[in-house]
Amino acid sequence: MIEREVTITNRAGLHTRPAAALVKLAAKYRCEFVIVKDGYEINGKSIIGVMTLAAEQGSTLLLRFDGEDEGPAAADVAGLIERGFDEV
Amino acid sequence: MTDERNEITLHGIAASPGIVYGRAYVFTKHTPRIEERAVTADEAEQEIARMEGAVERSEKELQKILRFTEEKVGSQKAKIFEAQIMILMDTVLFDAVRRRIRKELKSAESIVHKEISKYQQMMLKSPDEYMRERAHDVEDVKNRLIRNIQQDRLISRFDSKSIVISELLTPADTVLFSRNDVLAYATDMGGTTSHAALLSRSLKIPSVVGLKEVTKHVQQGDWVLVDGYAGTVVVHPTRETVSRLNKKKREHRQFEERLVQIRDLSAQTTDGKDVRLSGNIEFSQEFRYLSQQGAHGIGLYRTEGIFLRSDGYPSEQAQYQEYKTIVEKAKPYKVVMRTLDIGGDKVVAETHEEENPFLGWRGIRISLDKPEVFRTQLRAMLRASAHGDVGIMLPMISGIKEIRRAKEHIAAAKEELRAEGTPFDETVKLGVMIEVPAAAVLAGDIAQEVDFLSIGTNDLIQYLIAVDRGNETVSSLYQEFHPAVIKTIHHIIKEGHRHGRPVSMCGEMAGDPVATLLLLGLGLDEFSVAPVVLPEIKKIIRSVSYRETEEIARHVLEMKTEEDIKDFLRVNLHSMVPELLLE
Repeated sequence: MIEREVTITNRAGLHTRPAAALVKLAAKYRCEFVIVKDGYEINGKSIIGVMTLAAEQGSTLLLRFDGEDEGPAAADVAGLIERGFDEV
Repeated sequence: MTDERNEITLHGIAASPGIVYGRAYVFTKHTPRIEERAVTADEAEQEIARMEGAVERSEKELQKILRFTEEKVGSQKAKIFEAQIMILMDTVLFDAVRRRIRKELKSAESIVHKEISKYQQMMLKSPDEYMRERAHDVEDVKNRLIRNIQQDRLISRFDSKSIVISELLTPADTVLFSRNDVLAYATDMGGTTSHAALLSRSLKIPSVVGLKEVTKHVQQGDWVLVDGYAGTVVVHPTRETVSRLNKKKREHRQFEERLVQIRDLSAQTTDGKDVRLSGNIEFSQEFRYLSQQGAHGIGLYRTEGIFLRSDGYPSEQAQYQEYKTIVEKAKPYKVVMRTLDIGGDKVVAETHEEENPFLGWRGIRISLDKPEVFRTQLRAMLRASAHGDVGIMLPMISGIKEIRRAKEHIAAAKEELRAEGTPFDETVKLGVMIEVPAAAVLAGDIAQEVDFLSIGTNDLIQYLIAVDRGNETVSSLYQEFHPAVIKTIHHIIKEGHRHGRPVSMCGEMAGDPVATLLLLGLGLDEFSVAPVVLPEIKKIIRSVSYRETEEIARHVLEMKTEEDIKDFLRVNLHSMVPELLLE
């Protein structure tokens, strides 16, 4: 299991389009992917779940990956968030 | 029969006459009733299949709406639907739904409801306003899914004779309900000229609209009394109220029976002026009732019904069959067919989101933007003209250019038919609805372009006075007898006659007994009215002399307020036709 803490940097936060990009990327990996925010825990491969987090700019998320391809998944997903979903 | 609870009388707007006493069926459209039904393991698989079918259908619907919205409203608003589509593709969500259906053995809609509501609750708790708004999108997609899961059951479940109570009925709802035995409609919203009100009138179902809070006062199965003459709904009526209204019902019935005696006579004034009295219809099934009422032809055949009933656009053949049926039934009289007048309040809301639909994409504007749809309809109408007397009428015309463009399409359709050797009437007449103030101003110029004019008062009045007739906060400003309305009608008739064109009226006003003397006096050639009021209008026309009504019209044109005009017309009507029952 790998845990990574990331901060949302893009201005729009984790709204619809970034949420979709995140879910799409996570779906490429077989490992389980959970996002934790303020005590809420949601499945990171569920768009409705990610939308529910309402993660705005500056908020911190804990990403948890568990499964055989957890290494590349963590690098890829955390990278996307840290790069501000390539939109900034 | 009666209820021991206190009687409550609610006042709304009388939309369709008749008095009915019966049990309420409360129809809530936007929040479907969720049935938490237990299922067997086998049935659970069927439930899952239904859920999957509903996801697919919902996605198709949303893709269509998305394309439409992008095209017509812009991509910013379309984003909402994009998010909804993404939710439908959430495999995690639907895997959870599948698992829970199998495990809990409950109906698909109840699990979908629970699973999605969970997320919704979290979103609603968010301090972020944007996120709380997204909760509404989730609500929409949830309701769409549930509606699709329940698709046919929703309407077919409702089978016994009931009074339908609802916030608002769309035209599509009214049509669906009309297949069942609806006793009456009562709604919170809507005005007397909303399309749903028009439909219930033509289907002869009593209805009261604009009651504001009837859905709050009525529970499923309550006894309710609907008075479509006075525009009231009595919840838990006392025995006295019921018998008082029964008496009123009998009086109306007796008067209506007396009207039957003049059914086959023409609409001729006592001094020998003949006017044409025709009917407005939407479905061929209405025709029997219309001819029983003594109509001489159809002055407005609304073609929207056939469009609302079919998925997508109906084929030329399907339209032709429907039009031909009506034309043959109406023989030897004329049928004026209006080309598609979808838009405004007449489309199912979800396919059409505009800030201001009444000023938006509707009527001829849609037809000219979708030439393939328009051409198909014109061909079907022209082919029907081979079987009788047909007039084609264009709605929402605001200028000459639109008429000329439409005429080009008609000429091209005729050319095609000629080349194919398909029969049609070469002399088929073309007319225009005068319902946009710009068209009213240009009535003389328009008259030179076409064969006849028909005044559509419902829209004309709301555009002229700038009042949304469906908005109950301002609907009292909607005045049929506003001096500007009367002067405008006068202008249209005068201009039409100056160019030798007959002028008819197919709006609500043509069927208002209080307006009959005035319209006769202004020289209207044809009254096209809802079947239900036709005998009454005929009775009035046959009771008065044209010369007298001319005097009345001259006098009304001098008057300054709607109140004065109405009073004056009522007093005259009462003295000239004393047996009329006026509400």
